[in-house]
Amino acid sequence: MSSIVHDHAQPHGHGHAHDEHGHHGPAKGLMRWVTTTNHKDIGTMYLWFSFVMFSLGGLMAVGIRLELFSPGLQFVDPDFFNQLTTMHGLIMVFGAIMPVFVGFANWQIPMMIGAPDMAFARLNNWSFWLLPFAAMLLVLSFFTPGGAPGVGWTLYAPLTVQMGIGMDLTIFAVHILGMSSILGSINIITTILNMRAPGMTLMKMPLFCWTWLITAYLLVAAMPVLAGAVTMTLTDRHFGTTFFNAAGGGDPVLYQHIFWFFGHPEVYIIALPGFGVISQVIPAFSRKPLFGYASMVYATSAIAIISFIVWAHHMYTVGMPVTGQLFFMYATMIIAVPTGVKVFNWVATMWKGSLTFETPMLFALGFLFMFTLGGFTGLVLSIVPIDIQMHDTYYVVAHFHYVMVAGALFAAFAGVYFWLPKWTGRMYNETLGKIHFWLTLIFFNMIFFVQHFLGMAGMPRRIPDYHPMFETWNKISSIGAFGMGLAQLLFLYIVIKTIRSGEPAPQRPWEGADSLEWTHLPTPPPYHSFETQPVVK
Amino acid sequence: MSLEKQNRSLSRRLTIVAIGMFGFAFALVPFYNQICAALGVNSLVEKAEVSQNTQVDTSRTVTIELDSNAHNLPWRFRPLVSEIRVHPGELAMVEYEIVNVREAPVTGQAIPSYGPQRAGEYFQKIECFCFRQQTLAPGETRRMPVLFVVDPKLPKDVNTIAMSYTFFEVPGRGGKT
Repeated sequence: MSSIVHDHAQPHGHGHAHDEHGHHGPAKGLMRWVTTTNHKDIGTMYLWFSFVMFSLGGLMAVGIRLELFSPGLQFVDPDFFNQLTTMHGLIMVFGAIMPVFVGFANWQIPMMIGAPDMAFARLNNWSFWLLPFAAMLLVLSFFTPGGAPGVGWTLYAPLTVQMGIGMDLTIFAVHILGMSSILGSINIITTILNMRAPGMTLMKMPLFCWTWLITAYLLVAAMPVLAGAVTMTLTDRHFGTTFFNAAGGGDPVLYQHIFWFFGHPEVYIIALPGFGVISQVIPAFSRKPLFGYASMVYATSAIAIISFIVWAHHMYTVGMPVTGQLFFMYATMIIAVPTGVKVFNWVATMWKGSLTFETPMLFALGFLFMFTLGGFTGLVLSIVPIDIQMHDTYYVVAHFHYVMVAGALFAAFAGVYFWLPKWTGRMYNETLGKIHFWLTLIFFNMIFFVQHFLGMAGMPRRIPDYHPMFETWNKISSIGAFGMGLAQLLFLYIVIKTIRSGEPAPQRPWEGADSLEWTHLPTPPPYHSFETQPVVK
Repeated sequence: MSLEKQNRSLSRRLTIVAIGMFGFAFALVPFYNQICAALGVNSLVEKAEVSQNTQVDTSRTVTIELDSNAHNLPWRFRPLVSEIRVHPGELAMVEYEIVNVREAPVTGQAIPSYGPQRAGEYFQKIECFCFRQQTLAPGETRRMPVLFVVDPKLPKDVNTIAMSYTFFEVPGRGGKT
């Protein structure tokens, strides 16, 4: 294990009762977190960072819904409204959803494959500490002349070429975020491919590790393309190039192609780790092994590969030839097949299982229903003539929030409740957890289900004002948003209460959970686990 | 190979992939231009196709003979050309000229007539001085256009149309409009 660097200079007291290997614990104080190379510490920081970003992005969402509570302009001017929608999207995608799953990967992958730590522990520290600086740049852009960019999270040219200095800060933030993701992914791939315990073949890995392995490959292939796109924007802005500037022979539609070449794999970068979490949670609470493990692996790979050839379904209205529209329409519909295989397998896992409905399982079921609904509206939108009607309406907003919030976020909540007892050594309050689930589910649907109706009726997205006929559904949606925001304060309370004063959790609180962290490690796991790798039969 | 070496070698290869994909983003620029050129889409620098009237029946030519009369009116009224030849469906323009020779303002209204008479319903005017009354100051000269299309449905046996305008004085109006 020479690749694992133990650089804690001072052996400290054994704060962990279960630290049976006799190793030193973590360093004390703030420097523990700055200098740590421990995958558990870094995982914890990723999780807290993403919660902070989630709160910030949520606050912006509440701002948006506050303005949309009534027709006309009440609270913010249209320019600031655009900045809110842009930053809400960027922060939620790059600050909240992606880091939360990297947090899971850091905590879980070494424990699940029986590795002592990540392959590049120092690099891991660096991957994390890039994030707060990127987040600071994003937030700083609000205080520059002209404010944050109000161009939409997709950063479309030619608006991006015209924005103020806030745009430059955002471009650098995207560069740094991309760098962090790529480094993290290289680390994850190396860990999974090279550091599995003896006997842990690839096809014996928990599915969470499989989905992350594939996600990491997607990240390595897709994030540099985004970096390239924003670099071209930067040189267009300051160095006289004209990649996207029509006045110099460039083409703004080219930006859309490059962006979505990254952007559609990005959708699965967000979704796949969530699929992995659900594939751990549902078997555990069904007390059955995952149905169709191999087909799950192949389906995930198929989704990842096809995700690179469907990008232009985001841009049916740019005026591409009908042949192009048809190709991207059929390719998009084909993705529904492997996704359908996954949904089928999850349902088949529950079939004749001994089901119990603790909070992680509730979130997994919420995921299953809501994500499938979001998938169906995605299929509807893949059809060119319908998409041309729905393009840039609230129907699209409803669609992608069903897959991002009820998909990725619900999976993250399921994962947090599932592993929180293992991580902290303490049990969360089951009643409060269930209340959190039901509040989140009801308020989520209040916000977004009605937005389908608004979109069908023709309400455009990214506009701070609307026709008075849309008022009723918008009021319901806004009230849902306020409720959902408050419900997440309950989540924060539950997590803090668990860490401080939860009941001690047993080694294996969930009967049906059978991956290595439950069967081979005490609760909470020692600071350094699996220094001697277990042998998997 | 030790684990550390294996890890480093794998990370090196993955880094190369990442850098390659960064380059790929830039490679998309010429690739996009080539694809667009090959498929003939998005040719922004080429001249847009000149819009054409596909309704023109170039197989036929119709002669329009122009005639003018002033009925009890002190006006000299004449077409600038006596006849033009047009294709049915083609937009054409002719001009007339009036001169008021009286020492007072006069208002007149032109009434068209056609020979053969049934040709009138195939005569579509977009702009004509006969659409409104004309008031001329003493001694004023005015040139006025008629913009028209001959309907392609014009019966085959009609090859010549005589278009005649007659100006009548609008009584009691004098120079008032």
